[in-house]
Amino acid sequence: MTSPASPAPTAGSRPAPPVPPTPGRDAAGGGKGRPGPRPGRRLPLAAMARLVLRRLLAAVPVLAAVTLGVFAVAAASPFDPVNAYAGGDAVGASQQTLDQLRENLAVGGTFVEQWWTWLRSVAVGEFGHSQSLRQPVSQVIAERMVWSLVLCGTAFVLALVLGVVLGVLAARRPGGAVDRCVTPVAYLLEAAPPFWTGLLFMWLFAVQWGVLPAGGLTAPGEDTVTASGLLRHLALPALVLALSQLPWFLLYTRQGVADALHEDPVRAARARGLGERTVLLGHALRSGLLPVLTLIGTRVPELITGALLIETVFSWPGIASATVRSATALDFPLLAALTLLGALAVLAGNLLADLLYGLADPRVDHDRM
Amino acid sequence: MKVRMMRGAITALLVGALAGTACSAPGGNGDEGGAAGSGTGHSLVVGIATEPDTLSPLLGYGKDGNSKIFDGLLSRDVNLDLVPALATDLPEVSGDGLTWTYTLREDVTFSDGSPFTASDVVFTYETILDPGTNNPARDELAALDRVEAVDDHTVVFTLSHPYAPFAERTVLPIASEEAFGDQDVNTGPYNTAPVGTGPYTVSSWSRGERIVLEANPDHWGGAPAVERLTMAIVPDDDARATRLRAGELDAAVLPPRLAAGFADEPGRVVIHAESADFRAVTLPTGHPVTGDIAIRRALDIAVDREAIVEAVLDGAGAVAHGPVPTASPWFAEGTERPRDPGEAARILDEAGWEIGGDGIRERDGERAAFTLYYPSGDRLRQEHALAYVSDAREIGIDITAESASWEVIAPAMDDHAVLNGGGNPTDPDFDLYGLLHSELAGDGWNNMARYANPAVDEQLEIGRRTVVEEERREAYEAVQRELRDNPGYTFLTHIDHVYVMNDEWENVTTQLEPHDHGLGAGPWWNIEDWQPRS
Repeated sequence: MTSPASPAPTAGSRPAPPVPPTPGRDAAGGGKGRPGPRPGRRLPLAAMARLVLRRLLAAVPVLAAVTLGVFAVAAASPFDPVNAYAGGDAVGASQQTLDQLRENLAVGGTFVEQWWTWLRSVAVGEFGHSQSLRQPVSQVIAERMVWSLVLCGTAFVLALVLGVVLGVLAARRPGGAVDRCVTPVAYLLEAAPPFWTGLLFMWLFAVQWGVLPAGGLTAPGEDTVTASGLLRHLALPALVLALSQLPWFLLYTRQGVADALHEDPVRAARARGLGERTVLLGHALRSGLLPVLTLIGTRVPELITGALLIETVFSWPGIASATVRSATALDFPLLAALTLLGALAVLAGNLLADLLYGLADPRVDHDRM
Repeated sequence: MKVRMMRGAITALLVGALAGTACSAPGGNGDEGGAAGSGTGHSLVVGIATEPDTLSPLLGYGKDGNSKIFDGLLSRDVNLDLVPALATDLPEVSGDGLTWTYTLREDVTFSDGSPFTASDVVFTYETILDPGTNNPARDELAALDRVEAVDDHTVVFTLSHPYAPFAERTVLPIASEEAFGDQDVNTGPYNTAPVGTGPYTVSSWSRGERIVLEANPDHWGGAPAVERLTMAIVPDDDARATRLRAGELDAAVLPPRLAAGFADEPGRVVIHAESADFRAVTLPTGHPVTGDIAIRRALDIAVDREAIVEAVLDGAGAVAHGPVPTASPWFAEGTERPRDPGEAARILDEAGWEIGGDGIRERDGERAAFTLYYPSGDRLRQEHALAYVSDAREIGIDITAESASWEVIAPAMDDHAVLNGGGNPTDPDFDLYGLLHSELAGDGWNNMARYANPAVDEQLEIGRRTVVEEERREAYEAVQRELRDNPGYTFLTHIDHVYVMNDEWENVTTQLEPHDHGLGAGPWWNIEDWQPRS
């Protein structure tokens, strides 16, 4: 059970760790390292703004292609939206009624024309009507967006912070006690499907110990969302979602920091007599975090998929559960809008990762991304 | 308080969303925001598996009664007998059976305070019949030609042909014309925040999570003792059982296997509701094997229904001798058939179906073989199908069970058997006409077996057109006897719906339940009449 295999997906492709800035006087000045940017260095705001702008422009064709894909799938789908719409009432409905429904629900034209009509109405803020929810799509999104952001945001921050902290602790002494406890658990969590973890935690916390509610946004008898009630109801789904993402951050940090500890700049820092904390946090962590920053961007799609399962298991009234519903009910107007949101989230995640990467690694130029 | 609808740029959504921890639950109407948990009233939290698609009766919500938020002109008692609700009495029917006159109560108001009048009734029925209204159940009113308000409290329905069970359709909930205004019937706010006359009003509906109903203290039938009724939507059976055990739910619908775990718990009661919810195999008339009466009769008596009830339904169900459950007053005594594989083999031998080399029967080169589809993902129908296949094999009939989506099944129903489900416990016309009438063979989801039997067609027409109770009874008994002699469907089981609840209430009963059991079915069908046990 010593040093488990490296979580290798990007290990080969990431650039060599940078040399952390180590002003000469630190060595003489008794070990007070300064890990951050040099005092004189300012945030490259202009370059960052240019990057954001470029990415926004690049997003337009990507989003267009993704939504066109949804309409193509809708057109090619062998499933009948009328049956999905009618549900149980379809049994006993005459052909005439079903045909009338089809006519009422159908959008004319080829899928490209449908997509173009949809795109033009989206451009002016009109998302159409959700067939399965019998509501305007914009209302569906407005009602649910907040709760998904609260859940995913909390889980993501939790996974990132816990993952990095535990990863550093484990990397400090590979094969040590912390490493032996944390790393196998991380592999276990990585392998466990989130809905399984969800049901397990629900059983433990809600049934066996009765300390946390098993689902929903508020207690079943209550209407209004209070801060304390929200925290109690958020705890389990956010924890489970965080646990599904945490192993990635943990293992990447552990590997990155452990590798960095053996690299020349870190050895040099040690040789100059810097304190262990400074070496670990200021030098090894800074260089070991680079792959983790890339990871932030690539975990966003996984986070959304995880939320699909978690929101369903915990009856969380967010976007993800609406997505599941729109997909199973063949509600293409809603599905198109939600796919657009999902694609936007992924692009935003990648942009965030690049911005952070550029800030963390002085050799990387935002203008060249 | 309400999460405002945000149009425009998606970025605005993203930014605006960050501010929202003090918002009300989504779908909340905000009007009752502070009332949560206040007062000394009784409340009940019920776990259900599916939620309605809409709460608007104009799109089909509550069409079979017990809608809670609305009342119909009539409603049904525990025995499914019609009783007056918004009408003062049962309707007066003209001699030709075409004109149905209802006199309305004068003391009824909608929950927004506006009075209930005949124009609301006319509005509701006319909107449903409008082709632009996406109401898939519109055909249930196919006999209705027009509806008129004679005065503020008298409504006359005129039918295009005599239709004896028409009164059964008038349990349909009445919407408020004034509250509806001029909104879009298919997507407007009346779908989520409707105004009705019923014993409850909608406090909030958070889709996929729960519907919260508040007692309507001004209800014409008296204020309900259960002041707050929450329908928690938990699709997963295990999650529902877990939340019931954790005390978050006071009652829930559960599969028999999970309900059994609560049987010995003090303070809980497990309720088995009998139903008209049947499972049956369609035997297409056009297929050379399944269209043969000998094959049909042999399959009908070879299948071990008792074993299916025990093994597949865990005992929570009843053997089905036809679409009408034995628990229904319309069941024809004497149409029960005992299982008799020996007799089945004899029938097949006599008809010339000889056992071939592979153990499967043949006649004139035609193998006794066909395909039986069941909808994929439906475990219950799958197990029914497999049991049927194995019983058929014993008498030398080779059935291949295959799972498929309805999109695959629908075009194949002409010559492939399907494991079908359905059932309406009220008037026999509702099930039997659509299942058996040859004119409806293959029309939408009607008559999936393409059953064609002139004697049955004739009796179905008599049952629908005559208003004399005794003649109707004879007609439907004749239909059931015909179906025994030429079983174009093999009816297998009627499935009990099982509920677990805290044993704290008086007047808890169940009706004979339909195939679709949403909000209106279950022990809480009449929750407005419950009293706390002292």
